[in-house]
Amino acid sequence: MSDLMKVSSNPHVRSKVTTSSIMMMVVIALLPAAGFGIYNFGIDALILIVVTVASTVLTEFAYEKLMKKKVTIGDYSAVVTGLLLALNLPSSAPWWIGALGGIFAILVVKMLFGGLGQNFMNPALAARCFLLISFTSIMTNFECDTYTGATPLAALKSGEPVDILSMVIGRTSGTIGETSMIAIVLGACFLILLGVIDLRIPGSYIASFVIFACLFGGHGFDPAYISAQLAGGGLMLGAFFMATDYVTRPITKNGQYVYGILLGILTGIFRIFGPSSEGVSYAIIIGNLLVPLIEKITLPTAFGMKGGKRA
Amino acid sequence: MAKLTFVGGIHPYDGKDMSKDKPIKAVLPKGDLVYPLSQHIGAPATPIVAKGDRVLTGQKIAEASGFVSAPIYATVSGTVKAIEPRRVVTGDNVMSIIIENDGEYEEVEYSPVESADQLSKEEIIGRVKEAGVVGMGGAGFPTFIKLSPKEPEKIDYVIANCAECEPYLTSDYRRMLEEPEKLVEGMKIMLRLFDNARGILAVEDNKPDCIELLKKITKDETRINVKALKTKYPQGAERQIIYATTGRSINSSMLPADAGCVVDNVDTIVAIYHAVMLGKPLMNRIVTVTGDAVADPRNFIVRIGTNYHELVEEAGGFKEQPVKIVSGGPMMGFGIFDLDVPTTKTASALLCLTQDDVSKMEPSACINCGKCVEVCPGRVVPRKLADFAEHYDEEAFLAHNGMECCECGCCSFVCPAKRPLTQTIKSMRKMQLAKRNKKPAPKQEKAKA
Repeated sequence: MSDLMKVSSNPHVRSKVTTSSIMMMVVIALLPAAGFGIYNFGIDALILIVVTVASTVLTEFAYEKLMKKKVTIGDYSAVVTGLLLALNLPSSAPWWIGALGGIFAILVVKMLFGGLGQNFMNPALAARCFLLISFTSIMTNFECDTYTGATPLAALKSGEPVDILSMVIGRTSGTIGETSMIAIVLGACFLILLGVIDLRIPGSYIASFVIFACLFGGHGFDPAYISAQLAGGGLMLGAFFMATDYVTRPITKNGQYVYGILLGILTGIFRIFGPSSEGVSYAIIIGNLLVPLIEKITLPTAFGMKGGKRA
Repeated sequence: MAKLTFVGGIHPYDGKDMSKDKPIKAVLPKGDLVYPLSQHIGAPATPIVAKGDRVLTGQKIAEASGFVSAPIYATVSGTVKAIEPRRVVTGDNVMSIIIENDGEYEEVEYSPVESADQLSKEEIIGRVKEAGVVGMGGAGFPTFIKLSPKEPEKIDYVIANCAECEPYLTSDYRRMLEEPEKLVEGMKIMLRLFDNARGILAVEDNKPDCIELLKKITKDETRINVKALKTKYPQGAERQIIYATTGRSINSSMLPADAGCVVDNVDTIVAIYHAVMLGKPLMNRIVTVTGDAVADPRNFIVRIGTNYHELVEEAGGFKEQPVKIVSGGPMMGFGIFDLDVPTTKTASALLCLTQDDVSKMEPSACINCGKCVEVCPGRVVPRKLADFAEHYDEEAFLAHNGMECCECGCCSFVCPAKRPLTQTIKSMRKMQLAKRNKKPAPKQEKAKA
C-alpha cells in the first residue's frame, strides 16, 4: 500500500448537519407564512418577496466578488435574511423598498461587520428599522386591495374591538408574513422538531410578555386582550424566527432565558407605553446589543466545578 | 442518587453491527514484533535486553523507570533484532525493541495462585505493577497507581467502564459476552483492595445481552451491581461515567479517587485478573478491526507488538481502498497515514474508512448556533474557547475554564460550520499543560474507548 492515508486530529467523523442545511430548513419553515402572505395580500406580496430575496443574495454576491472573497451565497443565509425582511414589509410597499432594505441588511449590517456570524444585529430587523425610520409613511401604510383601516394591533391599542379568530388565522392587515399565527407556529414546530431552534427563547419571550401585559396592559388578566396581543403584530414571527437568530442571540443556555425575558419586557414597554402599537423589532434590536453582556454573566459552570476544589 | 446519564453528548452513527456478532479470533504474528518503550503515560521503560539476545514469550524486556511507568514483556519467543526508533500511531518516532519471531512461542513459567485470598493487598498491587498493566481504554495510565490511592478505605465505588461509547468498537462487548467471568473475577480482586467499596459494572443500554449476562453471573455477589447506562457518546469518559453511576462530579484537576471512585475499563480489569490469578504479564489485547473498507470486520485477540498490516490481512484485507485509517475509535482515535505501526497496549481498534468527513468538509464561519454548548459534557462554551485559542488569548482561555475540556470531540462533531473546535482547543490545552508541568502530577484525562 503505497498511498498515504489522510490524517487529522480527532474526531474523525462529522454530523451531516451543515450551515446550509440549517438555513434551508429555516427557509422551508418560513414558507407557510410567506405562502399565506401571498394568499392574503395577492401578487404584490409575491413580487416584494422575490425582489427582496434577490436583492439580499445579489448584494452578498456582488460584495464578495468585489472584495475578492469566497462567495458564500451557497449557505442560503442571505435567502433567510431576504425572506425575513420581505415578511416584515407591508404588501403595499413599492418594490424598491425591498431592494433598498435588502442592500442595507446585507451590505451595512452583515458584510461590513465581517459577514456571516459577525453581525451584532439581526440584518433583516435592522433593515426594517432603517426603513421604518426613513420611510415611515410607506412602512406603516397597511392599506391594500383587501384591507383598509388599521392593523388589529393598532385597533386594539385605540380600544376598538378586534376579531381574534381572524387574527389567529391571519385574515387581517399587517406586514406580509406576520398576520397568520397558525402559519408561523406551523413553521416553528417544524424547526423545533428538527432541533434547529428550541423553546428557550420563544418560550421565555412569550411568557414574560404575557406577564408584563397582564400587569401593565390596563386590562388585567383578560384572555381576549392577551390573545389579541399574542396573535397581533410581529410577536410570533419575531419570537420564533428573529429572536432565535443564531448569530445575534446569546449562546449560553441561561443567557437565552435572560434574553427572552428581556425581549418580553421590552416588547411590553414599547407596545403598551410607546406611541406605536408595535415594538417587537425594536425590542429584538436592543436585545441584540445586550447579548455580549448577557453572555458574560451567564457563562455555565463547568462540569465538576460546583463546590469542587481547584488545584 | 445516581442519574444514569449526563448532560450533553451526541449520538453518532455507531457502526457496531459490522463486527459485533463475530467471535473473537486469535492472531499469531508472522513478521517482526515492535515494542515501543513508551506505550503508557509516564516515563518510557528502560530496555533490559540487548541486540542478539534470545527472549521467551512472557519475558520482561523493558523495566519500568520511575514511579509512573510500566514494564514491557515479549509476546513471542525469538531474538532481539534491534533497539531503534520506530514510528508509532501518533506519528512520533519512539525508541522500540524489535524482536524477530521464531514461531515457537516458547513461554516462561508463570506463577499462578489458587485464589486471590492467599495474597495480601500489597502483593496484589505488586503483581499488577509487575505485569505492566496500564489503562487499556486509551489513556495508558499505569493501573497499579490507580489501585493504590492515598486512602483506600475512602474508595466507595470501583467502576468497571463497560460503556464502550466509541462508535464502531465492539472489543469490550465481545469480551463481556465471551469471558464475563474474568471481568467479574477481576472486579472481585479489585474490591479486595477497597474494603468499603461497591463494584459497579456500568454498561450502555445498547448492549442488553451483556447486561443480562452480567446480572446473571453477579446475582450472588452482594458487592457488585450491574448498571445500565443511557447510550450516548461520551458515556465512557471517566468523569461522565462517574457522574452517571454515582452522581458525583469531578473536574479536570481532581482524580476519580477524590470522589471516592476507581474506574477501569473491561480489558484492563481482565488484565488485572490475568496478572493476579495467573501471574501473566500484559501480553495481548482485543482489537476491533473494522470500517467499511475492511472485507471481514471483526475482533481479534492480538499479541502486543503485532504490525497493523497483519491485522488487516487477518480481516480479509481491504475490499475497497481506504481513505482514512484510525487507530482507535472515530471520536478519540489517532489518524494514521500508514499501516506500518505496531499494536500497543492502548490500541483498541483499527478503523478503516472509505470516506473522510474531515477533508470533505471545508470549515466555514461560525454562525453561533450553540450546538457545541448544547452537547459539551464539560459544560464549557467551545465556540468561545476555540476563538480564544486561535488568538492565543491564554487569560481568557483559562478564565472560561478551557482546561475543563475533555477533548471528547462532541463539539467538532456537531458543528454545522465544520469548524475544528476540539482540535483548536486541544492544542491550546496541550500548550497550557506543558507550561503547568513544573509540578509533575500526571492525570488520566482521556475518554475510555
